[in-house]
Amino acid sequence: MKRAEFTILESTAVPLPLANIDTDQIIPARFLSATGREGFGNNLFRDWRYDADGNPVPGFVLNRPEFRGEILIAGSNFGCGSSREHAVWAITGHDFRAVVSDSFADIFMNNALNNGLLTVTVTPEFLAQLTGLITSKPETIVRVDLPGQVITVPGSGLQAGFPVNPFRKECLIKGLDNIDYLLSMKEDIMAFEKNRQA
Amino acid sequence: MSGKTLFDKIWDAHVVRSISGGPDVLYIDRHYIHEVTSPQAFNGLRQRGINIFRPERIIATSDHNIPTVNQHLPIADPVSRLQVETLEENCRAAGIRYYGMGDPRNGIVHVTGPEQGFTLPGMTIVCGDSHTSTHGAFGTIAFGIGTSEVEMVLATQCLLQTRPKQMRINVKGELHEGVTSKDLILHIIASLTAGGATGYFVEYAGEAVRKLSMESRMTVCNMSIEMGARGGLIAPDEVTFNWLAQIPSVSDNREFARLIHHWHSLRSDRGAGFEREVTFDASKVTPMITYGTSPGMGMAVNGVIPSPDYAGSSANGSYLRSLEYMGFKPGMKLLGHPIDYVFLGSCTNGRIEDLRLFTAAVAGKKKAAGVTALIVPGSQQVARQAEREGLTETLRLAGFEMRQPGCSSCLAMNEDKIPSGKYAVSTSNRNFEGRQGTGARTLLAGPLVAAAAAVTGKITDPRELVWNQ
Repeated sequence: MKRAEFTILESTAVPLPLANIDTDQIIPARFLSATGREGFGNNLFRDWRYDADGNPVPGFVLNRPEFRGEILIAGSNFGCGSSREHAVWAITGHDFRAVVSDSFADIFMNNALNNGLLTVTVTPEFLAQLTGLITSKPETIVRVDLPGQVITVPGSGLQAGFPVNPFRKECLIKGLDNIDYLLSMKEDIMAFEKNRQA
Repeated sequence: MSGKTLFDKIWDAHVVRSISGGPDVLYIDRHYIHEVTSPQAFNGLRQRGINIFRPERIIATSDHNIPTVNQHLPIADPVSRLQVETLEENCRAAGIRYYGMGDPRNGIVHVTGPEQGFTLPGMTIVCGDSHTSTHGAFGTIAFGIGTSEVEMVLATQCLLQTRPKQMRINVKGELHEGVTSKDLILHIIASLTAGGATGYFVEYAGEAVRKLSMESRMTVCNMSIEMGARGGLIAPDEVTFNWLAQIPSVSDNREFARLIHHWHSLRSDRGAGFEREVTFDASKVTPMITYGTSPGMGMAVNGVIPSPDYAGSSANGSYLRSLEYMGFKPGMKLLGHPIDYVFLGSCTNGRIEDLRLFTAAVAGKKKAAGVTALIVPGSQQVARQAEREGLTETLRLAGFEMRQPGCSSCLAMNEDKIPSGKYAVSTSNRNFEGRQGTGARTLLAGPLVAAAAAVTGKITDPRELVWNQ
């Protein structure tokens, strides 16, 4: 099945400079009982975003009108903890298309890329500069160029390359799906099974 | 570099095809599924009109959101009930073995899989659950996956995976009496940090690891993910083979002797290369407890909460925020701090050995007034064995009630929630904000520290509890 193609994204960004943001914060377990993929965006960062009575917490970044955009900028080890893909569905459900950090948890990164959410890994120094810039000037546009593997803040001189596995990159740019790829290899898989029994 | 690691040997035997510049197509021997991370995968396949490729390689259980009391009644919460019924229906339609609530083989997926003999050395094992690393204790490559990957495995019994880096953690020496495998792994994570093994698969080796029982090895491998590792594994040995020989479905296999012979080859060759090697001294490990909202924030139970030494960095704000959530300050001692809840259970510490340790420590004493204890066996089999061994009765006399199996308060998807602001000494694996209930304050520890807290009502060094008898 085709999914949205990812090439170049230009957007304002939302800074959340905390380390070790785990998937329980991204989407608390009590929202995992659903059997679909829709609707998780409303509960993204639920317990940071809303108080016990369901009222928005004024200081939290998603509740501050000056911070909007499709790029989330987070601290180290983003997405650690549970393998729940619901965390990615909550982030994409809130219309984010890329997350920038200096490190991501492995399972989260796989889940993100499988859903067309780009993880942009930069150095701690670049992350600190970018976070500082966005925090002081929320209207700043950030440009994520996947084919060129470069993230820039036009007009600021801030620019950095980022790594992407070439196979993953091609899948994202063309909007390809891993299941279709694996299904095309059924004969190889069955041959492998037969060989092992021999 | 000469020689292969244990990880290389298992991985290489499962590569269907390597994609140049990309990941490997990796064949999966065993796929465990549960109610929370599978429904969207089954839906996805239905939308594509694809059948389950190898249903005989899949084992299903309900564990995450089921109640731990009155399991003979229908689940009260309609959303949870629907999720469990959806799994049951998906399994029935596809011919997948399903061990639902109340079945004698039901329990937490990472407890029941090994005890039913579905986890065997040399396998590749996945599950839509990060604690799948538990199965690495048997010398397997076992790791957690997301729901899209669950769908891939249902469709093709394969995954696209990039070979991770490899780390070996050597533990020399011997654990002191009163120090458990949970203390060891909390000690290791505190040292390496919550993201310290990101990108790596870890092999645990050394004298102290060889001396651990299978249950203890599972506890260690279980928490590999809490330092960011994809998984952790331990080379199978006589301890492994003797454990497996107790399972009729495994030892009755006419091939068992031949399998053991093959399993002996599952070890890292001398000279095999690891990208990183770290050594720990087991004799330096003391009973541990966590004081923050990341599993890396652990210390000796009689220690002092450290002051952040990374002033100015973004980690500094996260650290102080974490302590504020817990109601603690740098420089504080936790010994004697009152607690409200104790949770014994989970895929980390819900096995028979954990129940034995906890029970031995509380036997003849009384649960402290004001402490609510949740004692949750990891499986029906563990519950039956605890009953047979008299543990259930000893616990009852000490004021503890045994619940029915499930994930329970580890992630509080069911009713077993810790109220906001309350302190819980928990033998589970994560102390994240709100993990055990909104506002709950989790202190991770092993079964002995949990037992000591349960009978004193405060954070206590379990070694003192024994000395004061």
